[in-house]
Amino acid sequence: MNGWQTLLYKEVLRFWKVSFQTIAAPVLTAVLYLLIFGHVLENRVKVYDSISYTAFLVPGLVMMSVLQNAFANSSSSLIQSKIMGNLVFLLLAPLSHWAWYFAYVGSSVLRGLVVGGGVFLVTVWFADLSAEAPLWIVVFGVLGAALLGSLGLIAGLWAEKFDQLAAFQNFLIMPMTFLSGVFYSIHSLPAFWQGVSHLNPFFYMIDGFRYGFFGVSDVSPWLSLMIVGLALLAAAGVALNLLRTGYKIRS
Amino acid sequence: MPAISFQSVSKDYPLARGAKGASFRALDNVSLDIEEGEFFGLLGPNGAGKTTMISILAGLSRASSGRVSVLGSDVQADYAAARLKLGVVPQELVFDPFFNVREALRIQSGYFGVRNNDAWIDELLESLGLADKAHANMRQLSGGMKRRVLVAQALVHKPPVIVLDEPTAGVDVELRQTLWKFIAGLNKQGHTVLLTTHYLEEAEALCGRIAMLKAGRVVALERTSDLLKAASSHVLRLKIDGELPADLAPLARVTGRIVQFAAHDVREIEGYLAAVREAGLVVEDVEITKADLEDVFIEVMGGRRTSGGGES
Repeated sequence: MNGWQTLLYKEVLRFWKVSFQTIAAPVLTAVLYLLIFGHVLENRVKVYDSISYTAFLVPGLVMMSVLQNAFANSSSSLIQSKIMGNLVFLLLAPLSHWAWYFAYVGSSVLRGLVVGGGVFLVTVWFADLSAEAPLWIVVFGVLGAALLGSLGLIAGLWAEKFDQLAAFQNFLIMPMTFLSGVFYSIHSLPAFWQGVSHLNPFFYMIDGFRYGFFGVSDVSPWLSLMIVGLALLAAAGVALNLLRTGYKIRS
Repeated sequence: MPAISFQSVSKDYPLARGAKGASFRALDNVSLDIEEGEFFGLLGPNGAGKTTMISILAGLSRASSGRVSVLGSDVQADYAAARLKLGVVPQELVFDPFFNVREALRIQSGYFGVRNNDAWIDELLESLGLADKAHANMRQLSGGMKRRVLVAQALVHKPPVIVLDEPTAGVDVELRQTLWKFIAGLNKQGHTVLLTTHYLEEAEALCGRIAMLKAGRVVALERTSDLLKAASSHVLRLKIDGELPADLAPLARVTGRIVQFAAHDVREIEGYLAAVREAGLVVEDVEITKADLEDVFIEVMGGRRTSGGGES
């Protein structure tokens, strides 16, 4: 293995060794959401014609798990290494900023997809679900995880203590995922909040991902692809630049 | 080509927020060449800039001005080549709690692009007395064992230049012996070694050449033997029953009731004895010994002696 592959391997091994916390727990959380919201809302909320609420909910929960875990992976790994001081082993190695980026984001994508896959495998039994356009599922799953992995990298570099990272996660990532249409179609919102939702990049990831299952969505999947793609390019650009200049890791 | 080269290196750290534009100069125009195969000691009190120099050399920190290179490779412009030639044992006792010793060493090898490194890893484990700990998790190791792993991690890619930043701080006697035997062996095989330490007797025993840093400047740079030769030749060691008067205290090295004065000749020794008697102190024990590196260090740091040709 060369340098970046080793770092990728190490990052995957890191979350795999604590998989109860990094994989099983988020799967269980998502299943609880499905059971509770599905039970309460199944016969009260109608989102799209001919699609049950539970079926509507499953892709949203899968994508939400993908995104949250991709973010958690790179950000928590970095801040732990910074606080433990063992980031020095990487800093002493001849790894380029590209190597850091691909390893940290690659492992985040992998963790996001593993958790998302787990959520899907468990929840799919509760809903009648088909995959109308499977390629879109893969594209949005991977791009969304890469975007959140990149944001996690930025947050992990920026944060100096766990508290700051928790603030980033709880006040930015969590509200944006919850308000992105995981639990509802934004068409059910008043016009003003629909407009606000359109400013949220997380909405396009969920909406595009859902299109892959139902072949219907709130906006065109091509528009979603463009927005998610641009957001990923921007986040990757920022992350790579921070790594190149050694932001907060090389004095 | 020097193994390590510092050319007019300065490092300024910005002071805390609020003090606009103000900065602290940790290194002030340091120039220093270390030749291949040397065992070189970098000494100085806390805050003198030793770790800053090593951080810049290792790429953990950037010089504000000047150039640093390892065997001809610039540590910034050509960082990958420079880091491949360099093995650094960091001062802090850091470890990754997710892995056992062998995993940590395999991963570190991989970062340097070294594949199938198990034969060399086994050799390192054996030489450092870690063979029976290969499968122990890093968390379960004692401080001394963690220190050995840090040494092994620095050497996985067989670097020609080895840097040890206070490797024996807080380490027991046995490990210090093992460690020095091992490092001295590597030096004999041709590796260049740069060492910082607080234990001056270690530097005296191991280092062929020594640089002393004070407040970010090199204040002495000589062969260890020349440093010792040029120092005050004798040390007057007294055991006294009270405190030294204010005019004598700054000249002495005081350890509890034992005070030591550096002296060049017999007349100086007599002078000190007379001054002590005059102060009304009772001398319980007198000894005259040869100066060691610690005496030189105190002289240099006290500004009573400066670097260059040797004499002052």
